[in-house]
Amino acid sequence: MTTVLDPTDEATPIARDRVPRPESLTGLTVGLLDISKPRGNVFLDRVEKRLRDLDVTVKRFAKPTFAKPAPVDLRHEIATSCDAVIEALAD
Amino acid sequence: MDTAQSPELRNGIIAVVKRDCPTCELVAPVLEEIAASGELTTYTQDDPSFPANASWVRADTTLEFSWHHNIETVPTLIRVVDGVEVERIVGWQVAQWRTFVGDDSLGEGLPEYRPGCGSLSVDPNNVDRLEATFGGSGMSARRIEFGSAEDVHEAMFDRGWTDGLPVVPPTTERVAAMLSGTTRSADEIVAVVAPNLAEATVEKLAINAVMAGCAPEYLPVVIAALEAICTDEFNIHGVLATTMGVGPIFVVNGPIRRDIGMNSGINVLGHGNRANSTIGRAVQLCVRNIGGGAPGGIDRAAQGNPGKLGLCFAEDEEGSPWESMAVEKGFDPSTSTITAFCGEGPRLMLDQVSRTPESLTRSLAKMMLSTVTPRIVMGMDAMLVLSPEHAERYREAGWSKAQFREALNRDMLVQTDDIIAGADGIDEGIPATMAGLEFPKFNPDGGLNIVHAGGPAGLFSSIIGGWLSGPGGSIPVTKEITR
Repeated sequence: MTTVLDPTDEATPIARDRVPRPESLTGLTVGLLDISKPRGNVFLDRVEKRLRDLDVTVKRFAKPTFAKPAPVDLRHEIATSCDAVIEALAD
Repeated sequence: MDTAQSPELRNGIIAVVKRDCPTCELVAPVLEEIAASGELTTYTQDDPSFPANASWVRADTTLEFSWHHNIETVPTLIRVVDGVEVERIVGWQVAQWRTFVGDDSLGEGLPEYRPGCGSLSVDPNNVDRLEATFGGSGMSARRIEFGSAEDVHEAMFDRGWTDGLPVVPPTTERVAAMLSGTTRSADEIVAVVAPNLAEATVEKLAINAVMAGCAPEYLPVVIAALEAICTDEFNIHGVLATTMGVGPIFVVNGPIRRDIGMNSGINVLGHGNRANSTIGRAVQLCVRNIGGGAPGGIDRAAQGNPGKLGLCFAEDEEGSPWESMAVEKGFDPSTSTITAFCGEGPRLMLDQVSRTPESLTRSLAKMMLSTVTPRIVMGMDAMLVLSPEHAERYREAGWSKAQFREALNRDMLVQTDDIIAGADGIDEGIPATMAGLEFPKFNPDGGLNIVHAGGPAGLFSSIIGGWLSGPGGSIPVTKEITR
């Protein structure tokens, strides 16, 4: 019998349900998050136009740098002011 | 810190002995004489029937009493008053024992003096186990028991704890020994490790350092390395998440390099030295096991590089014509430091002919211009590992490090017309709006880190390309290493 010490952080992930998927986007506010990679804005401009055509309120956000996680304040602002968010990745 | 309960001291005289000690055998009749007075308690480390099968003899075969009361020699006599030790003698000296016990006829006929023997509680074969068992060294990590039919190494692979190579099983004994390498308490939090933002205690680092194959004296270097990468400046989260094949690379400066036997010479960026090979690996295991940054998970590198197993080396300060990288960063030469740099794999640069500093600098510049891609300027830092034979050209010519860096940056000025998108039929490049300008390849304000290392022969140096430079990417971080 060998006993070893656990090298991990011993954390147990908490399972959380996602917010229910909206039936329709009409009348909702959708955040568009640009991670600041080149040409991500081109993609989001097209998405924004399509959403506005559907009578969706669009709010634009951007990470200061794609190389770091979005700042907590930005995440909070998106979470509290939008019904849904679309993030433009790149590469 | 959890400190195990120390066994109570019984009032009177306490003796600690073992049968496997000629001096203890010699004094056995004396102990019987003292026992007759009724104030003696004897603890025996190996044979509970020694010196007698009697109520005044207690077994200490677990060595719990001996460990807690710091017994280094047997026989030891301790005088206890009101549960507190007031006097202690070791070995056998007839006059000393007579005074201690208060009996002028004690030990008639025995030799005047015999030295004692080593206590089993300080036997090197026992100390790590005793520290782990009784030390209360603050170890609180979950204990995981493997069944007798399980192969320990396979079981650790199965749990995803390794980098694909075998690891040393982190038993309590080994972790206790590892913790002796630092004065910090086991429960002290060293860093919050991304991506899981998990608090990494000294104990968790010690566990992963054992697994990586570190010796206890390397632990302070591993601690400083974790402190360095878990900063907003170094940004280990981004370094992990990028699809670029970069990782943390560590350079050690100062006296600790020699103290722990690090390599700064032949094969410095390769294998063969325990400290070099295991310190970087320990950090990577911490990132994986504590922070949750495993390849294929948050580590998204398209190709990675072999250095991600762990790349750590020492600068050759003694043989360098210049001040070390750490001194350039503002540290005293007597201070031990570790610098974390985010980089790709080292790339060899050959120049076997240049005999003047000007020629060699131009030659190195040509090779360094293609670091990562010739089409990017000022966007990424680099680390130049200059070999002793190349450095000799600058020593001979009397060039300072600042002169060398200035010349190198001058020889790496890039005409943007050559690297705009579409130039030479290559779509990769900077926007055409930047045409007609001139930029240095690396940011002259600290973008090029220069380290002196390598074997004494061989006209080869190495360039290690970086990742995104500046606050939007990763900035090299240097931390002092303290015990």
